[in-house]
Amino acid sequence: MMGLNKKDTSLFVVVIVLALLAPFFLNPFPTDSSMAQFNAGYPDLMQRFVIFGIFAVGFNILFGLTGYLSFGHAAFLGVGSYAAVWIFKLLTYNVLPAIMLSVIMAGIFALLIGYVSLRRSGIYFSILTLAFAQMSFALAYSVLSNPKFNLTNGETGLQVYANDPQWLHRDSLPDLPHLFGLSMRSTYEMTVGGWSFSFNTGYYLCAVILILTFYLSIRLFRSPFGMMLRAVKSNQQRMNYTGLNSRPYTLAAFVISGMYAGLAGGLLAAMDPLAGAERMQWTASGEVVLMTILGGAGTLIGPILGAGFIKYFENIFSKINDNILHQWFAFMPDGIEDFIVAVIHPFIGKGWHLTLGLMFMMVVIFLPGGLVEGGQRLARLLRRKKSDESPSADTKPAE
Amino acid sequence: MDAFILQMLNGLDKGSAYALIALGLTLIFGTLGVVNFAHGALFMIGAFCAVTLSKVLTISYETIDETQKDFLGNPLKVETPYIESWFGPEVGGAIIDWSVPLAILFAIPVMIAVGVIMERGLIKHFYKRPHADQILVTFGLAIVLQEVIKYYFGANPIPTPAPAMFKGSFDFGAAFGIDPNVIIYPYWRMMYFGFALVVISGIFAFLQFTTFGMVVRAGMADRETVGMLGINIDKRFTIMFGIAAAVAGLAGVMYTPINPPNYHMGMDFLVLSFVVVVVGGMGSLPGAVLAGFLLGILESFASTTWATTTIPGINQIIIYLVAIVVLLTRPRGLLGRKGVMED
Repeated sequence: MMGLNKKDTSLFVVVIVLALLAPFFLNPFPTDSSMAQFNAGYPDLMQRFVIFGIFAVGFNILFGLTGYLSFGHAAFLGVGSYAAVWIFKLLTYNVLPAIMLSVIMAGIFALLIGYVSLRRSGIYFSILTLAFAQMSFALAYSVLSNPKFNLTNGETGLQVYANDPQWLHRDSLPDLPHLFGLSMRSTYEMTVGGWSFSFNTGYYLCAVILILTFYLSIRLFRSPFGMMLRAVKSNQQRMNYTGLNSRPYTLAAFVISGMYAGLAGGLLAAMDPLAGAERMQWTASGEVVLMTILGGAGTLIGPILGAGFIKYFENIFSKINDNILHQWFAFMPDGIEDFIVAVIHPFIGKGWHLTLGLMFMMVVIFLPGGLVEGGQRLARLLRRKKSDESPSADTKPAE
Repeated sequence: MDAFILQMLNGLDKGSAYALIALGLTLIFGTLGVVNFAHGALFMIGAFCAVTLSKVLTISYETIDETQKDFLGNPLKVETPYIESWFGPEVGGAIIDWSVPLAILFAIPVMIAVGVIMERGLIKHFYKRPHADQILVTFGLAIVLQEVIKYYFGANPIPTPAPAMFKGSFDFGAAFGIDPNVIIYPYWRMMYFGFALVVISGIFAFLQFTTFGMVVRAGMADRETVGMLGINIDKRFTIMFGIAAAVAGLAGVMYTPINPPNYHMGMDFLVLSFVVVVVGGMGSLPGAVLAGFLLGILESFASTTWATTTIPGINQIIIYLVAIVVLLTRPRGLLGRKGVMED
């Protein structure tokens, strides 16, 4: 189907189903039950799942296929956000031109940075991209926000003000980002018994874009171009000796993944018309690296899983506090309860980053393939156990 | 001319910090071939050694002084640090006042221990893995260390003053017979620069003039051959990792009076130190030191009003610009050796 083989088709269908039915999957607990805090089905968080999924899928095209570890991808995200907000300010709140411009701007930006950075490989490449990203961050934060030429509005962040021109804006259109009049914020709440599910326009726009970009990434992985990128990763020298110039391929991959990042940035701005310099800081680049590795670099679905995983736990873990823990462990004797809560305390709430760091280290050390590899190992283990059970029931160890 | 000298001096203290961190990074890279993204965290831990020591020294007990009243009219509670009650107010006060320099003694064993544990516990398993994996695992470790510190010390910067003796500034003008009050420079920053020079020359002397250093240098040149000669090079490299951690830690200890430490100071310095290492040349110790001072001074020149009015924001990006130019024109860096990290 659509030029995909059977396995990829089923993966693609899984992603479509997950993306479209996410409001159901992410709200498995009734609203007034004590587990409701684990519900992630509210629009804001679902949008972020999908947007960072797109970001990570794009990053994976570069890192997963060519092995070039960029530590500056957040710069493209930031550029995309700024471009989108500028469209909102100058033209219209319609998200379509905003997203298009953010992709184009990020692409141009990636072309420039990639052209220079890809002259080096390995650690030098990482440092070059890091340097470029930090430079963009510093510029966006301070220089480009001087009164004469205010491109980024510095610390406050770029946002839309009432006196902005918005030449194409009509009064009949909503005064918020919209798609031909359909506001991104409009949400339809559906209540079934104790459950409530929210269907948000903005989320569905992001989900459709995620599905499209995911399809593009599958096709890219399976294309001859994707094979070339893999060749760059496995042995660039041999590729050069066979007379192929790897530079155009890596540059193309870099620009494509930069455009994905720009798209994600544009969508972030489309959901909330605001762009700040902190989106470009290198810790933000580090985050997308974490997502990709945690999910499984070089796999198709891994980055989406990683992004969802990190964003979910970032939001849910950081909400758990001591009182909730005390409720959970209330069945234990008081002393033990307090002890357990004290042990868990550093890892929850504000300490969520500690958990993330530890988890990330564990993954890098024991599971270089990320969650996807973990899942595969688990599946293999279960299958072996199942196949072991039937014939080995009557065999006894030889003594 | 005065402004020139002043900027030169201003660059020295930041340059010293860059040089010390970059020196440690290069030591680790040159010996073990590991790219250590947790090195900034080591710098930060060093700084927090100083904070811890000053906190420990000022642990106090309360006594109620009936002769004095506080502003509410209650008897005044006087906090006396235990140190002062043990050694008398004179000596005890001096010890508390000198807590930052004293922290050097405390930080060296702590940092060496941290370094050795890190190397034996984690990094040892990553020699054979690709550089990307090393970057990732040390990056994760940096996050963890940072969060642990944040958990215990909070997110706010903790001011840790230098000894009272070093308060104030030295007036170069008055000392050298030029106009006074033009070139003034805080004593502690001079101290920092001097300290950096001592540590750097100590490391070089250690590598150059001791048998241990000689073996380490041989190992840096050809690890396998040294191993075949029956020398336990792994053990020595582990010790070098500890020393590198100690250098970063000392840089952090002495930096606390200049900039109150907070949990993410390491990350801020790390990015720049990597740039310094790359500019100096991966694996070259003199290169790291040279590039550290050069970039520090360059940064301070770029922050002059003349430079920032000519090219706005140049002070923020100068280091990255230099790094980009150097990497593209001299990929090995200023003093880089041939054959290090060229694939």
